[in-house]
Amino acid sequence: MYDIKALYEATSVADAVSLLVAHPEAKIIAGGSDVLIQIREGRLAGCELVSIYKLDELRGVSLDADGTLRIGPLTSFSHITKDPLIRQIINVLGEAVDMVGGPQVRNIGTIGGNTCNGVTSADSASTLHAWDAVMEVTGPNGVRQLPIKEFYIWAGEVALQPGELLTAILIAKESYEGYVGHYIKYAMRNAMDIATTGCSVNVKLSADKKTIEDARIAYGVAGPVPMRAPSAEAAVKGLPVSQATVEAFGEAVLKDVNPRTSWRASKELRLQLAQELAKRALARSIQLAGGDI
Amino acid sequence: MVVGKSVARIDAFDKVTGRAMYTDDLADSRAYVAKVVRSTIANGWVKSIDTSAAEKIPGVVKILTCFDAPETRFPTAGHPWSTDPHHQDVADRQLLTARVRYYGDDVAAVIAENEVAAAQAAKAVKVEYEVYPFVLDAQEAMADGAPQLHEEFPNNILAHTKMGFGDVDAAIAEPGLIKFEGWYETPVVQHCHIENHICYAEMQGGKIVVVSSTQIPHIVRRIVGQALDWPWGKVRIIKPYIGGGFGNKQDALYEPLVAWLSLQVGGRLVKLDMSREETFANNRTRHAIRSHITSYVRPDGTFVARILEAFSNQGAYASHGHGIAAKGMSSFAQLYQCEACRGDAYTVFTNISVAGAMRGYGIPQAMFAGESHIEDIARGLNMDSMELRRKNMIPVGYVNDFDKNEMYFDSLNQSIDKGMAAIDYKRKLAEYQNQTGPVRRGVGMAIFWYNTAVWPLSLESSACRMVLNQDGSVQLQLAETEIGQGADTAFAQMTADVLGVPFENIYVVSTQDTDVTPFGTAAYASRQTYAGGFAVKQTGLLLREKILKHARELTRMAEFNLDIIDGNIVRTTDGRVMMSLGDLATEVLYSLSHSEHIVAESTYQIKSNAYSFGCCFAEVEVDIPLCKVTLLDVVNVHDCGSLINPQLAEAQVHGGMSMGIGFGLSEQLLFDPKTGKPLNNNLLDYKMATTMDHPDLKALFIENAEPTSAFGTKSLGEPPACPVAPAIRNAVLQATGVSVNKAPLNPHILFERFKEEGLI
Amino acid sequence: MQTQLVTCTINGKLTQTVVDTRASLTDMLRNDYRLTSVKKGCEVGECGACNVLIDGECFNSCIYLAVWAEGKTIRTLEDLLGPNGELSDIQQAFIDEAAVQCGFCTPGVIMTAVEILGMGRRFTRDELRKLLSGHLCRCTGYENIVNAVEKTMNKRLDG
Repeated sequence: MYDIKALYEATSVADAVSLLVAHPEAKIIAGGSDVLIQIREGRLAGCELVSIYKLDELRGVSLDADGTLRIGPLTSFSHITKDPLIRQIINVLGEAVDMVGGPQVRNIGTIGGNTCNGVTSADSASTLHAWDAVMEVTGPNGVRQLPIKEFYIWAGEVALQPGELLTAILIAKESYEGYVGHYIKYAMRNAMDIATTGCSVNVKLSADKKTIEDARIAYGVAGPVPMRAPSAEAAVKGLPVSQATVEAFGEAVLKDVNPRTSWRASKELRLQLAQELAKRALARSIQLAGGDI
Repeated sequence: MVVGKSVARIDAFDKVTGRAMYTDDLADSRAYVAKVVRSTIANGWVKSIDTSAAEKIPGVVKILTCFDAPETRFPTAGHPWSTDPHHQDVADRQLLTARVRYYGDDVAAVIAENEVAAAQAAKAVKVEYEVYPFVLDAQEAMADGAPQLHEEFPNNILAHTKMGFGDVDAAIAEPGLIKFEGWYETPVVQHCHIENHICYAEMQGGKIVVVSSTQIPHIVRRIVGQALDWPWGKVRIIKPYIGGGFGNKQDALYEPLVAWLSLQVGGRLVKLDMSREETFANNRTRHAIRSHITSYVRPDGTFVARILEAFSNQGAYASHGHGIAAKGMSSFAQLYQCEACRGDAYTVFTNISVAGAMRGYGIPQAMFAGESHIEDIARGLNMDSMELRRKNMIPVGYVNDFDKNEMYFDSLNQSIDKGMAAIDYKRKLAEYQNQTGPVRRGVGMAIFWYNTAVWPLSLESSACRMVLNQDGSVQLQLAETEIGQGADTAFAQMTADVLGVPFENIYVVSTQDTDVTPFGTAAYASRQTYAGGFAVKQTGLLLREKILKHARELTRMAEFNLDIIDGNIVRTTDGRVMMSLGDLATEVLYSLSHSEHIVAESTYQIKSNAYSFGCCFAEVEVDIPLCKVTLLDVVNVHDCGSLINPQLAEAQVHGGMSMGIGFGLSEQLLFDPKTGKPLNNNLLDYKMATTMDHPDLKALFIENAEPTSAFGTKSLGEPPACPVAPAIRNAVLQATGVSVNKAPLNPHILFERFKEEGLI
Repeated sequence: MQTQLVTCTINGKLTQTVVDTRASLTDMLRNDYRLTSVKKGCEVGECGACNVLIDGECFNSCIYLAVWAEGKTIRTLEDLLGPNGELSDIQQAFIDEAAVQCGFCTPGVIMTAVEILGMGRRFTRDELRKLLSGHLCRCTGYENIVNAVEKTMNKRLDG
C-alpha cells in the first residue's frame, strides 16, 4: 500500500493538463517504476498523483510527414526495442533501453519517464542527446518543442512548466539520416543495474567509408545531467577512419566531461571509463557504419 | 534404497504451484502492523522521544518507546543454550534501546492498523539524541580513545581469541627461512534471502504464539522467553516454509520485539514485516575481516611457522561474536601443516550493522586470506602453487586434538585432481602465461577446510518422532528445519531406508511448532544431514523394533526372521510377504485386546564432528582498461561424504558458488563514513549476481563415505561458498600479475590496483 | 479513503472488487484474491518475486497500481495447474531439474518462463539468461532455472 494522498486518472492529454493545473502539487505518474519507488522510500510519500498511464495516445512510434521520428513518451522500453521503425532508424536506442533494469522493468518503464525524471544515468538519455532529440511538451498554453539539451536543467530537474507534460520525443530526419551508433552501458552487473557511465556515439561516414563526416557523443553520469562532448566531436570531424582518430576522440572527451566522486564510483574511475568507452563506442559505430577499423 | 538417489523434492509440487505457505501468507489480514522507529545517528543516547504528532495519525494504535521497554538484556545468537554461564552468548540486546550503537538502532516501535499509518507515524516520531562520535572500522575501534560501544568491553574488544601450537620464536630461528607476509581484507556482505525476515505474534491459549521466518524455532522460543522474562513453556514458535535464511535467520531477529508488542496491545495479533532495506541493515551481516598472515617457509616450500592476526568487525552487538573469527583461525591452523603456529583474532564492536552467522561462518573470509597468501608464497618461491599446496596440506591420518576430527581420506588431492581435469587447468595455466594486451585471461584455484556441526564447542542434539499411520505410511517430525536446502527430502529418504517403507509413504511434517515438534537446534553449521541423520536412524530403528514385535505377535514368526521390505513384513528365510505394514498398523491400532499407537521418539546426542573438504577452480577474463573481471568458467569439487540426493546436492552447491562469486566480485554493504548510515541497503545498489553475471556453474563430488556418520554424509550447505572468491582472485593474479588482496574484486578496487601497478 | 471498483480477468475469471487506490497490484492479488504465489521480496521492482503476467507481458506487481488493472487480463502462478491438478510442462521441469529450493522466487520466475515460452522462439542460453534477468534468486545460482526453461523450450519446439 502506497502513501498516496490522491490519485487522478487522466483520460486524455487535455484532461491531464487540466488535472495538472487543478492540482499544482501533483506529480505525474507514467509507468510508476520511479515515482512509486520514491513514494515508498518516503521522498514522495503523501503526494498527489496525476496518472497518465491510460493515455494510449501517447504510446507507440510513428513517422511524421516530414520524416521526423515521433516516439510516444509512454512507449515502454520493451516496445521501443521491438519497434520496427526504431530498429530501422535508430537501432541503438532500442539497444540502449534494452539494458535498463530487467525485463519486467522494461515492460513498465517508459521512455518519457526515463527522461522526465531528469536522471543522468538514464539509459535512453545519452542516446537521445547524441541524436539531437527534440522534446515536445503540451501544457495549458498549447504545444511547444525544445531541444533535449535545454530540457535537462539539473539533476532531477527538467524544463516542464506547471501544467505541462511530455507528449512526444522527436528525432528529425537530418538528425538520423546517414548516422549509425552504438551505446555502451558500463555498470557493476550485467542486469538490474544503473549505469556507472553510459556512452552513446554515432557517426556519419563518407561514401567511401574512409572519413568521419560527423561524429556525435553523449554521456550519462559524466556530469549532473546527460551531456554531449563537443570537443571530442570537433576533434574527429573530417578525420580519416583510423585507430589514431579513435585515440584522439578518447583524449578529447576529457576536455568536456566532469564527473564527480560518489560512493558509486570515483571521479578518477569515471574519467578512465569515459575515455575508454568513447574509443570503444566510436570504433564500434564506425564498424556498424561500414568503416574498417 | 532411496538414499543416494536423485528423487524430487517432497515440497516441490507445493512450491511450483504457489501452495507452499510462508509466514506472510499465513498472517491474518486483521493483524496490526508494527514498524520500528530507527535511530538516525550511529552512536549516542536517546534523550527524549515525542510521540504526540505520531499518535494523532489516524490508524495509529500505540507507540512504544525505549523508555517503555524493560531493561532486560538478552543474547540473540542461534546457539544451543549453555547452562554454564561462561559459555553463554553475550546478552547485550534490549527490545528497544535508549543507548544507540549503530545507525538504524531500534529506539521505538509503532503499532498501527495498516502499513501506511505505521510508516507515517514512524516518520513522525521525534527523537532527540545526545550524539557521540562513532567508529566504523575494527582496528580503529580498538585504538585508545576510540568511541566506546559497550562499557564492559574496553577498547571495543568483544573477544581476543588465541590459538597456537609449537614455539614460533624457536622455529623461525632456523637459518635460511624465507618470510612472506600480507594483509587480506573481505567486506561486509548480506545473505539476501529473497523472503525478508517477517514474524507475527498473538496470545492464544495463554501463550504468546509467534509465527516467524526463522531457521531455529526452538532456540527462538528460549530467547523470546529470556527477552520477555516469560516462562519458556508459554512461548510457542511456529516456523512455516521460509524463503531462505543462509544464517541471517539463525538469530533471534525481531521475534522478541513482536511478541512484546503483542502483549502491549492485549495479546492482539501484531505483524512485523521487515523491508528489504531493514533486512540488509537491521538483521545480520557477514563479518568484514582484515587478516595479516606471516609465513616462514623453507626454500623448498615447506612451511615452518605461520602467524595469523585477524580483526573481525562485529558491528554494534555481539550476536554470534567471536565464533566466526575463531572458526577461521581453526582452519588456518589445520589446513596447512607447519611446526609452529600462532593466531590472535580480535572481534571488535563498531557502529555498523550487526554481524552474525552467514553461510560459511568465517571460512569464506579465512579462505580468501589464506588461499591468496598461498598463491603469493608460490609466486615468491617461483613454485607451482598446486605443488606448494600439496606439499603442506593436511595429510591423511591427521587427527585434531580438540574435536578429534580425523582426516580419513585423501579428499583434498582427489578434489584437486578432479577439478584440474574438469577445467583443463594445466593447459590453460600454460596458455595464459606471459600475456600482454588490454584483455587477458587467467586460471586460479583455492582449496577449503570445513567441519560439520558444532560439537564439541556446543551441544549437538537432535530429536525425532516417527508415527506409523494405519495405512503403513509414516509421519516424520524433526526440529531440523527445511530452509530451502532440501532437508525434509533428505530426511524422508533416510527414513524410508531405515524403516523399509517406500519413500512416497514418508510424510514429513515440514512446519516446526515448538509445542509439538521434538527438540533440536535446527538449521545451521551444515549439520542437518549429519546431526539429523543420527536422530532419524536411531528413531527409525526403534520404530522398526516396535513394528517387528507386533509382527511377531501377528505372524507367530521369530523377530529375527522378519524384516520390513518395501512396506511389507517379510519372512527373510524364504522371502514370503507375511502382511503389509498397513494391515499390521490397522490391526494393532484397532486391536480389541492390545491396541497401540505405534510411535517412536528419541534424542540423539552427537559427540563427533567431521571434516569436509574441496576446492574451486576459476577461469577469468580481465578487461584491464575497463577494470572488469568476467568469470568464464567455474568448478567446485566437494567431498561431503556420501550424497543423500545427488541432484539436490549439486543444486545446493550451485547456490553456494553463486554466493561465493558475489563475495569475490561484486557484493559489499557500504556505510557512509560521515554518518554511519548504510548506503546501498537495497537490491539495486547492492550487487548480488543476476542470471547474467556468471557462467554455467559446475559442481562435482568425491564420495568418501564419512565413517562417523549415520548415512556416510557430512557438511555441504556452507562449504560451496568458501573457496570461490580466492579462486577468482588467484585467476586474476595469473591473468594480470596483480595481487588484489581486498574483496570484492570490483572495478573500484581493480582500478586502484591497476593504477598502482602501472597497468593503466 | 479513495476507492475504486476494478474489473479485470484474473486467471481466466472475470472479477470485480473495490480497491483502495493506494494499493499495489501485489496488495490486491494477495489480500483481495488470496493469490499468495505473488510474493513480496523488495516491493520496489528489484527482485521479481511478485511478477505476474498482464495482457501477456511480465510485470512486477509491486510497482503497478491495482487500479491500473482495470480491464486487464492477469495471470498468476495459480493459473497454470490443469483442471485435474496436472502440472504444466514448465512447472514439471522446475521439479525435474531441481530448479526449486526455498521456493520464494519460484512463482515469479515461472511466470516469466511462461512469457518466454509463449513467444515460441528458440533462444540461446545467453538470451535466456537475459530474459530471466529480472529475477533474483539466492539459492540456485540460476543454473537449474536456466536449465528448466531451456529444456522446456526445446521440448516444445522439437515436439
